[in-house]
Amino acid sequence: MLNYLGARLITALIVVFGVMTIVFMLIHIVPGDPVEVMLGESAQAADREALRETLGLNLPLSTQWVNYINGLIHLDLGTSLHTKRPVIDVLTERIPATSLLAGTSILIALMIALPLGMLAAVRKGSIWDRTAMTFSMLGVAIPNFWMGPMLILVFSLWLGWFPVSGNDQFLSLVLPALTLGTALAAILSRMIRASLLEVLNEDYIRAANARGLLPSTVIWKHALKNAALPVVTILGMQLGALLAGAVITETVFSWPGIGQLTIDAIQKRDYPVIQSCVLLISLCYVVVNLLTDLAYAWLDPRISLTE
Amino acid sequence: MAIRFSFSSLIITAWFLVALFAGILPLQPDAIMLNKILLPPEFHAWLGYDDLGRSIAQRLILGGRTSFLVAMCVVSISFVIGTTVGVMAAWFGGWWDKATVLVIDIFIAFPGILLAIALSGLMGPGIMNAVVALSVVGWVGFARLARAQTLTVKHREHVTAAQALGTDTAGIAIHHILPLIMAPLVIEATFAIAGTVIAEAGLSFLGLGVQAPDPSWGSMIRDGARFMLVAPHMVLAPGMAILLVVLSINLLGDSLRDKMDVRSKD
Repeated sequence: MLNYLGARLITALIVVFGVMTIVFMLIHIVPGDPVEVMLGESAQAADREALRETLGLNLPLSTQWVNYINGLIHLDLGTSLHTKRPVIDVLTERIPATSLLAGTSILIALMIALPLGMLAAVRKGSIWDRTAMTFSMLGVAIPNFWMGPMLILVFSLWLGWFPVSGNDQFLSLVLPALTLGTALAAILSRMIRASLLEVLNEDYIRAANARGLLPSTVIWKHALKNAALPVVTILGMQLGALLAGAVITETVFSWPGIGQLTIDAIQKRDYPVIQSCVLLISLCYVVVNLLTDLAYAWLDPRISLTE
Repeated sequence: MAIRFSFSSLIITAWFLVALFAGILPLQPDAIMLNKILLPPEFHAWLGYDDLGRSIAQRLILGGRTSFLVAMCVVSISFVIGTTVGVMAAWFGGWWDKATVLVIDIFIAFPGILLAIALSGLMGPGIMNAVVALSVVGWVGFARLARAQTLTVKHREHVTAAQALGTDTAGIAIHHILPLIMAPLVIEATFAIAGTVIAEAGLSFLGLGVQAPDPSWGSMIRDGARFMLVAPHMVLAPGMAILLVVLSINLLGDSLRDKMDVRSKD
């Protein structure tokens, strides 16, 4: 167990450093001079030098890297070029909105995907199965930035049930969460179906059926528990798609989270904020995947932990 | 399945033809007709007009060409780079392989198109930058797949025989390994095309891809979203185009996978 834990933790740590390095490099791979891009071509030479000094861009690359990593360790993400506030403060303001949106989306996705995937697997080949899989195909093919406006069109403009955008009231959460949730549900229902189908072919399911247990007991107690493990892993992996989707969805609905902050920062060329947003989302993803892997190993006795 | 397959191949053929012939069609996607602003579909413009009185059907056709060209460019670049890196990693093994796996792991740690959004945002808006940004993200999938596939075939007897006969590494990779791992890579490429269509439209939706006045399905949705109440056709048309193309490519990918029976092992 410790071996596995240690190996997995070390890999994760190296990946974290790699992610930090790439995010650090983002500002340096921009063609031309980042300072010139930030200030525009008409800026005074003195202003450029001042900004270069402030950002530490006059130092050698290796020193800059050490400074950057050192700053991250001390939770110093720099200062926003636009608002002149510490980036860490700007980020912490936005985190609750994105967490709320992501959490609700996952709930919605599970509420749709679990029954749909189960139904499709249990009644394989039936009209239910085909409906569920058509929903899944459509859900994968419909991009967030079209689903969002469509939901606004139907539910806000035609029916008037929900506000168009913003985060003033609880109802504002419904449409963005639905946009992200259905996209996730499309992938998830397919995975649940596949995972459950595999389990349903196992001997212990046949044995349970032969013992005369109720079909619902067999599905819930015997099949679903075993099918849940791969689904949990996929859910962890899909969180990345969810967070990346949140960047676009938050823009569509003016949801004041990290995603909207990212796009705002890109438009204002606020480099430290862009870097920190990308870093935060990616690190979240790395940590969640690490936790899923560990949970998987802990839950599934078949995985040998000593190897 | 046969009907679905032919329907999707019809859409894909149409998409391909649009990309091929859009340049020689007498289209005026930027022609502004102020008396037709936001008008719904009519006989001469069967998808209506946008907020500047431009024909949506014509813009849709040119947007289709853009998305086709971007998808082909990005997937070709990703395919070549990813496959080369993946095959080399698996073939040489050792530290080279470990380093490649680490780089792949680091790139995969950036979720979805987040890195592409950040990259094209930092490099500045524009279609070429979008292609670069999407390729930087795209090669990883091919590299991982090519590496895994090469590992399963590199100890086959015909490879050993080729080595014993003194074939050089490039020859072995091209003549003895690539043909065996081509099927899963082609399927991956199919799904990558679908993903790139959505990603390009997403970048253009955010204003990071195709720049005005050039049309893109993504920027058409963004422009249309502002006039949704008065002119819903502005959002409907490009959205349906994306939906149909992506759906068709995914269906094609699924039937390719069934035909080549790639996943029969798991």
